[in-house]
Amino acid sequence: MPQIFHQSTNTIAKVSIFGAVFIGAALLFVIAEFNRSSYYTQAFVARPQPVQFSHKHHVGDDGIDCRYCHTTVETSASAGMPSTKTCMNCHSQIWANSPYLEPVRASFRDEKPIGWVRVHDLPDFVYFNHSIHVNKGVGCSTCHGAVDNMPLMYQVASLQMEWCLQCHRNPEAVLRPKDQIFNMQWQAPANQKEVGAQLAKSYNIRSTAVLTSCSTCHR
Amino acid sequence: MLRLKEKVERQTAKMAAPGRASTGPLVLVFLLPFAFLLSGCRQDMQDQPRYEAYERSEFFDNRMASRPPVEGTVARGSLRENAALYTGKTGTGPQAQLVDTMPIEVNEQIIRRGQERFNAYCAVCHGMTGKGDGMVVRRGFRAPPPLTNDRLMEAPVGHFFDVMTNGFGAMPDYAAQVSPEDRWAIVAYIRALQLSQRAPIAELPPDARQKLEAGGQK
Repeated sequence: MPQIFHQSTNTIAKVSIFGAVFIGAALLFVIAEFNRSSYYTQAFVARPQPVQFSHKHHVGDDGIDCRYCHTTVETSASAGMPSTKTCMNCHSQIWANSPYLEPVRASFRDEKPIGWVRVHDLPDFVYFNHSIHVNKGVGCSTCHGAVDNMPLMYQVASLQMEWCLQCHRNPEAVLRPKDQIFNMQWQAPANQKEVGAQLAKSYNIRSTAVLTSCSTCHR
Repeated sequence: MLRLKEKVERQTAKMAAPGRASTGPLVLVFLLPFAFLLSGCRQDMQDQPRYEAYERSEFFDNRMASRPPVEGTVARGSLRENAALYTGKTGTGPQAQLVDTMPIEVNEQIIRRGQERFNAYCAVCHGMTGKGDGMVVRRGFRAPPPLTNDRLMEAPVGHFFDVMTNGFGAMPDYAAQVSPEDRWAIVAYIRALQLSQRAPIAELPPDARQKLEAGGQK
């Protein structure tokens, strides 16, 4: 009976014995890093929009409060997208003839919504509610980053479970006083650890065991 | 099926033949453990067949999945019977009179709530002090009168509520952005702004007066 394996397979066998551990580990590492890369998560990737709306201009330069447009952020799961009427509150007079804003005016005239491209899209198997976060001391910029510096909107977080859990395991690190929630410039004070622990107590934030329980988010 | 059989036979024949054997099937065996990688391509769980808020729908004419309730719908427990609270007026039609007393109880908490709402929704034009020098005005919007002018000092509280609810002159209405309760809280804060800017110095409590004389520093 002739040889089933060619001589060259000896090399493969030797390499696989030495390399099994390293190649396997390297492969897992590559897969994990790919999953975290912004190529996959779309973090830091600005989405083209039907209107070149700049948060940098409206929030950073003009100082308009988040809630002026995202009116339901304190009361609902969804932060709320402004209706075209909200745009027209100011743009009926300001930049009223700008060609950039023609889609806005067309939307107002024809009563057809502007088709904004969604930036932050959690998987459907996750329950998320804006209001509970905002009312329990998690500020906008904790998750959305420096929106006042974003000409076009992008997400700064991976929106993956490990990112959610970072906070749910240790909420004290990011909690703010209630009057600072919408402050884009807020920085954690040096004694955030103590302040955060106090805030967690006064907001009645549940224990880490509850916050990281599966059914808290996957319900 | 027949083809596969032929292929297998050919392959087996090749392997049985003397000399250089093919490593093709062997590579496949090595790759088998990684077959699970192919399973990550479907997104059925991520995008379940249901609508999210503001999602696009191909079914409805205006492509909005969110449907507005039928006009005149009243949610359970939300019948707005209290005209003063929800319109700022007593009575209806041309006989309606602007109310002159607050329909909600005013306390410090309400005024602070009003301050927060005022700074978020009104200060863009009216400015933080109500002077009418907000950022949007500085960008070219028609300047509103100062909230502390004589006419507005005299105006009944219902006037401010009515303006927020229905708009006035160049000012659009804020009925969709600010709830009626919050509009009243803002009215309370406007009254506080007016009082603070027109208060005679003799009427200030001693500690506030001291602060003022020290240069108004906090």
